[in-house]
Amino acid sequence: MADLVLQTEELVLYFQTRKGVVQAVDKVDFSLPRNQAIVILGESGCGKSSLARAILRLLPRNVARYTGKVYLDNKEIMEMDEESFRREVRWSGISMIPQAAMNALNPVLRVGDQVAEPAILHVGMERQEALNLATRMFEYVGVPTAFLQRYPFELSGGMRQRVAIAMALMTSPQVVILDEPTSALDVLTQASIMNTLKRIKQELEISYILITHDIATSSDLVDHVAVMYAGQIVEVSDATRFFGEPLHPYSQKLLAAVPRLHGRQTLEFIPGRPPSLINPPTGCRFAERCHRRFERCDQEPPTLQVDGHLVKCWLYET
Amino acid sequence: MPSWTRGSVSVAAGYKGRTMGVLKDALREIRQYPSAIFGVFISFLLIVVSIYTVITVPYQEAIVLWRGGEDIWHNVPRTVPPVWTNLFRREKLPETIILDSRQGGGERTEEPLGQGKMITQVYTFDYQADDFPREINIFYTASFTAKAPFLSVKWRTPDGREIAIADVVLRPSGSFRFAQDEALLRRIRRLIGDVPVEVGLFTSPHPEGAPKPLKGTYQVEVRVTTFEPDAEVETELVIYGKVYGIAGTDHLRRDLKIALLWGAPVALAFGLLAALGTTVTTMIIAATGTWFSGWVDGLIQRVTEINMMLPFLPILIMVGTFYSRSIWVILGATILLSIFGSGIKTYRAIFLQIRESPYIEAARAYGASDWRIILHYLVPRILPVLIPNLVTMIPSYVFLEASLAVLGLGDPILPTWGKVIQDAVANGAPYKGLYYWVLEPAFLLMFTGLGFAMLGFSLDRIFNPKLREM
Repeated sequence: MADLVLQTEELVLYFQTRKGVVQAVDKVDFSLPRNQAIVILGESGCGKSSLARAILRLLPRNVARYTGKVYLDNKEIMEMDEESFRREVRWSGISMIPQAAMNALNPVLRVGDQVAEPAILHVGMERQEALNLATRMFEYVGVPTAFLQRYPFELSGGMRQRVAIAMALMTSPQVVILDEPTSALDVLTQASIMNTLKRIKQELEISYILITHDIATSSDLVDHVAVMYAGQIVEVSDATRFFGEPLHPYSQKLLAAVPRLHGRQTLEFIPGRPPSLINPPTGCRFAERCHRRFERCDQEPPTLQVDGHLVKCWLYET
Repeated sequence: MPSWTRGSVSVAAGYKGRTMGVLKDALREIRQYPSAIFGVFISFLLIVVSIYTVITVPYQEAIVLWRGGEDIWHNVPRTVPPVWTNLFRREKLPETIILDSRQGGGERTEEPLGQGKMITQVYTFDYQADDFPREINIFYTASFTAKAPFLSVKWRTPDGREIAIADVVLRPSGSFRFAQDEALLRRIRRLIGDVPVEVGLFTSPHPEGAPKPLKGTYQVEVRVTTFEPDAEVETELVIYGKVYGIAGTDHLRRDLKIALLWGAPVALAFGLLAALGTTVTTMIIAATGTWFSGWVDGLIQRVTEINMMLPFLPILIMVGTFYSRSIWVILGATILLSIFGSGIKTYRAIFLQIRESPYIEAARAYGASDWRIILHYLVPRILPVLIPNLVTMIPSYVFLEASLAVLGLGDPILPTWGKVIQDAVANGAPYKGLYYWVLEPAFLLMFTGLGFAMLGFSLDRIFNPKLREM
């Protein structure tokens, strides 16, 4: 077994709403080897961001069920009490670049102070020392150091995203969760940020969990792919293999929906909508929209090993 | 790890300069509003006056002066308007003339006489006012062992008449009050006419119609005969005017200047502390409730609702009546009662919105504690609303203190503007035409309120730019 930096077992996160219990994250198992990147792909509302929140225990107020096991560096972190979790896991172990990072900065703090804050809080640095580190981080992620003294509203979207990256790196965490880091940015900025992230990964030996629905942009950065559908992970595969030959029918459809430059191709889409997570179907959750559906799909499919890759589909049962 | 080599001390050092820049920007913006300039001017003036007062008339001294009574204020006329009111009068009122032998107020000649001596003290003064003085007294101190010295007073008018005033046997210390001497009154009646003593001494005999003061140089000869070798007598002649100082005096001869000056620091301290204590606490409680939600929020909301139903002023009056009228106790009660006010509801509405911002979640993600989020992330967002609010609340608390004082619940020791008004009303100032007594403190209260209100409204426009478009 490879050196795993993060591993989840049967991670469950349900929300209580007025209509019923939403099974946002349903028994998710995945693992992330050290210094590698995994992308979690999926449609909007499939539970990607909820998975990230479940790992970081950033729970909203209406949690109905939150169980399972999460290992960080082979240490179980679900058992920890709130205070030690906050001190030991958040940011120092796992940091996060939140979705819509453009709005993730406190509008009344100068970005320099804001970026320095995790180091002051978690590493216990002096303010001046933390500011110096923040300055180096700014240089490292490509933000002019003069921006340290600016307020978030004075920065462009790309710059704010870089500031958020700098902030995530301040405490040298082992894992960084990137929740849609490049959405709402233009393609050039996206490319430049992706390159920065790649460089960081190589130089700082950090593992990434990348959450996105932008398959094309992510393909360049990641080593592993996990596909999520309706709160469950339906396929885990390594990146090279996945982008050439996806196993799960949903993955196949997902990839077919990505436009390609070469070759004539009509963009495909998957008919229907993802099932409601309040009352998901008992069998395979994708069955309703699947083009290769057969009788067994009415029962819950097992997670199968196919050439060392995991897929949750009856098709691959031998 | 990459090599981070370049230092960044200069960058970090730039912070201070930037803060100054922000302040400068705010100041530059304030200059665009005339009302703000006026407000800043008034507040600044009040602060300067307060500092000046506290330094020149320290607290203890102010209290001694204010509660001193006749001992301290014996040579000050009762209930007279300030000197500057003469500017608006055609007939000028006299100012007080104090001639004290200890301070070389007159010419002193001594000649031995038997065992003792005869001291002749001639007080000379020029009288040019168009009205008569309020009263005339001679205060004395005499040191002797057995045989009391003897004092006789003669009055010389500008037209050369001489009126014998009194012959008195002295006590160790005391006063001779011209108006209370029956013999003198009879003499005046015979020589001048049916007028009070202080009028008779300053007018020509048997005047036609209303008596007019005789202008010119008057002389008062005070002759003391002592009968012991080392007996000593000092005298002080006071001709009380009808105007005094820059603020006038009250019924206990006290100079209102003391109360009006001390009113400024007291009003400022009360207003500022109450406004600051209330808004800041309210904000922090609202933020705490919103952040933790659940039963904490519920409790805070219910307490607020109950408190908002309670009558504010009657409770303060009860505290004042049954417990203590000390201004600091009243201040504490005011803050306590105001904390759970409508502010909690207003701030909560804003905090509920801010709580869901992405940056709050980001802060949670990097492990900021609850209190850090409340104090660093929630609270600063509300400062633009809070600061103008705080400034406009200052005068309302100043007025509250004045209202309590007018209702008779003012601090029993400290002089305040409200207490001056209360004294004035209790002594019938409006009915006796002593308008200065009421108008001076009332004007100061209004001036203070106006200044802070103008500043507050301008700050509101500066901090909440949305208002500018409306």
